[in-house]
Amino acid sequence: MKKQTTDSRPSGPKPWYDPRIRALFFQIVAIALVFWGGWTLVDNTLTNMQSRGISTGFGFLEETAGFGIIMSLVPYDATMTYGRTFVVGLMNTLLVSAMGIVTATILGFIIGVARLSSNWLVAKLALVYIEVIRNIPLLLQIFFWYFAVLGSLPSPRQSVEVAGSLFLNNRGLYLPEPIPQEGFGLVWGSILVAIVAVVGLSKWAKKRQLATGEIFPTFRVGLAIVVVLPVLAYLAAGSPMTWDMPALKGFNFGGGITIIPELAALWVALSLYTASFIAEIVRSGILSVSKGQTEAAKALGLPNGRILRLVVIPQAMRVIIPPLTSQYLNLTKNSSLATAIGYPDLVAVFMGTTLNQTGQAVEVVAITMAVYLTISLLISLFMNIYNRAVAIKER
Amino acid sequence: MIMNKTKSIAAGAVMLCGVLAVPFASAATTLESVKEKGHLQCGVTSGLPGFSQPDSEGNWTGIDVDTCRAVAAAIFGDAQAVEFTPLTAKERFTALQSGEIDMLSRNTTWTLTRDASLGLNFAGVNYYDGQGFLIKKELGVNDATELNGATICIQAGTTTELNLSDYFRAKGMEYQPIVFDTSEQTVQGFAAGRCDVLTSDRSQLAALRSKLQDPSSAEILPNTISKEPLGPVVRQGDDQWFNIVKWVLSAQINAEELGVTSSNADQMLKSDNPNIQRLLGTDGDMGAKLGLRDDFGYQAIKLVGNYGEMYDRNVGPDTPLGLSRGINALWTEGGIMYAPPVR
Repeated sequence: MKKQTTDSRPSGPKPWYDPRIRALFFQIVAIALVFWGGWTLVDNTLTNMQSRGISTGFGFLEETAGFGIIMSLVPYDATMTYGRTFVVGLMNTLLVSAMGIVTATILGFIIGVARLSSNWLVAKLALVYIEVIRNIPLLLQIFFWYFAVLGSLPSPRQSVEVAGSLFLNNRGLYLPEPIPQEGFGLVWGSILVAIVAVVGLSKWAKKRQLATGEIFPTFRVGLAIVVVLPVLAYLAAGSPMTWDMPALKGFNFGGGITIIPELAALWVALSLYTASFIAEIVRSGILSVSKGQTEAAKALGLPNGRILRLVVIPQAMRVIIPPLTSQYLNLTKNSSLATAIGYPDLVAVFMGTTLNQTGQAVEVVAITMAVYLTISLLISLFMNIYNRAVAIKER
Repeated sequence: MIMNKTKSIAAGAVMLCGVLAVPFASAATTLESVKEKGHLQCGVTSGLPGFSQPDSEGNWTGIDVDTCRAVAAAIFGDAQAVEFTPLTAKERFTALQSGEIDMLSRNTTWTLTRDASLGLNFAGVNYYDGQGFLIKKELGVNDATELNGATICIQAGTTTELNLSDYFRAKGMEYQPIVFDTSEQTVQGFAAGRCDVLTSDRSQLAALRSKLQDPSSAEILPNTISKEPLGPVVRQGDDQWFNIVKWVLSAQINAEELGVTSSNADQMLKSDNPNIQRLLGTDGDMGAKLGLRDDFGYQAIKLVGNYGEMYDRNVGPDTPLGLSRGINALWTEGGIMYAPPVR
C-alpha cells in the first residue's frame, strides 16, 4: 500500500524534506519534551521531599487548625480544620475584591468623566488625583491608610459615638446588626414583587417610548417602588426585626456588625488605587468616540447627561471593557497585600499561617495558585461575555 | 520560516535540559558545600534585639547570630565566615528545606510536628523560653486571666498562634487575633493601639518592648503559658552536619561549665584537666570524628565565647533586654542548661 503511494509520486520530497512532516515531527518532539519536563519536575520534587522526610499529600486539610482568625464570613473557630481556614481566607479575599471592584469602578468612572469636564478646576483636580495615586506604590498606600487612620482614631473607651448605636474606634466601625424575626418573609416577598414590577415597568416604558416618543421617568419611579413596597410590607407585618446593638464589654465592643480597620484600609487603598487606572481607561474610551457623535446628539437637542449616557458611554464601552478586565484582575491579585496589615485573606490565612503550621508548602502554594488562577479566569470569562453583549453587532 | 521554528524549538529544548539537569547534580554533604562556598549561610530573624539584629554598618549581633558564628569558627577558624539571610517566621522552614540556607538559627521552637514532618532536625537549645503577654500599663491588667475579650497582636506562622488559641480555649475566654507578617509590623500594630496585648515568647517581648517609643508604658504579665525551647535547626538526612551544629553548641555550654572563656582559652590549652583537653582539642580526636579539625572547640570558644559569655553579651542583665539567666543557667547553678560530655 505504502510502497504503491511512493511509487505513484516519485517526484515528491523524501519524508524528512517534507515541510509538513518535519513540522509535525518537531511539534511532537516539543510536546514530548514539555511533558517529560513537567513529569521530571513533579517526580523530582516528590523524591526530594520523601528523601528529606517532608510529609506530602492533602490529608492536612482534615486536621484541626487550632488558631484563631479575626474575621470570617462563615462560622469558624480554632477547633475546625485547615480546610475550613482555606474557605475563610478565600471568602475574605473574594469579599474585599468584590467590594474593591464595585467602588473602584464607580469612582473610576466619575473621575474619568471629570477628567474631561469643561470645568477647569474639576478637570485639574481629577488629573492631580490620577497622577498622585497611580504613581505611589500600592503597599505604601495600604500602610498609609492603615496606620494613619488607626493612629488618629480613639481607643475603644473613647469611641466616637453616633446616636448611641454607631461606634468608631481604633478596633473598627461598629454598627447595629439587624436580626429578622418571624414574619420577615413578607418583606422578602415584597422585594421580589417590587423587582418584578420594575422589570415590567421598564419594558412598558420602552414600548411606550417607541410608540409615542414620550419618555417615562423609569429610574425614579422604579426606585420609589423598590423602596416604598418593602417599607409598607415591613410596617404591615408589624416591624418584624430587632437590632443587635454593639456595646462596650471589657476591652472591646461586642455585638452588632464590625468592620475591622484592616478591611477598611485595604478596601480604601485598593479602590482608590485601581480607580486612578480605571479613570484613565474611561477617559481614553470617551475620547475614542468621534466628536461627530456628540455633535449629532446635540443637534438633536439631547441634554448633556443623556448624550453621555445614551450616545458616548455605550460606544466608549467597547474600548473600556478589555482593559477594565485587567484592572479587575489586578485588584483581585493585589488584595493579597492584605498580609502586610493583618487582614485575614487567602494569602495571610492559608499561605501564611496554615502553610507554616503544617509545613505543606508545595500543596498549599499549589492550591493558592490554582485559586487565583480560577478567580482570574472567571472574571475574564464574565467580562468577555459582557463585552460580547455590549459590542457593536454589525449585521 | 520552518528553519526559524526548528531553531527556536531546538534552543528551547537545550534550555529545558539545562534547567532540568540542575536537580540531578549529585548532592554534596552540607559540610562539603559550606567549605566549597567558603562561608556558612545562616538564616536569622530580620531584626530582633538580642537575638539577631544588624547594626547601622550591617554587622549582625545577637545570641542566634553568635550560634551561627560559633559554627563558622569551628569549621573555618573564622567567626566572620558567615552570611546571614534574614527570614520571617513564615519563610524560615522553606528556606532551610530548599537549601537556601545551611542552618537556621532564628528563635525557633522545637516541637514534635516540626521535628517529625518538616524534614528538619533540631540541633539543641540555645534559649529556654515561654510565651507571655505584653500589655499597656494603662489598661490596669495584672494577670492573663483578665484578658477575656482582648484583641491580641501576633506574628504569623509561629507556635505562639496555636498556644494562644489553646490557652484561651482552656480558660473559656475569647480573643481577637490580629496576625502580622513581621515582628516589626506586630509592634507597630501594638503601638498604634490596634490591639490590647502583644503575645510572643517572653524574651522576644523584652526585645520588642525595647523598640517601643516609651518602653515604660508597657509591661510583661507574669504568666507564662507555654514551653518554648529555642534552638538551631538543620535539614534532615545529613547526620554529620546535624552533629557538627549540635556539638558546637554543646562545646560552648561545656566550656562555661569548665570555666573556659574566650579570654582564657589560650592558657587553658595548657590545662591538665582531661575534659578541657578534649574540649580544646589538645587531646583525642574529637574534631576528626565530626569531620572537623580537632581544635574546633578551641576556635569556637576563642572566637565567639562560651555559652555564658554569649548570653551575657546579647540578652543578659547588663544588656537593654536585661534578661536574668533563670532556667537558662547551667544545671550546676540551678538552671536546666545541660550539655552531653565531650568524650
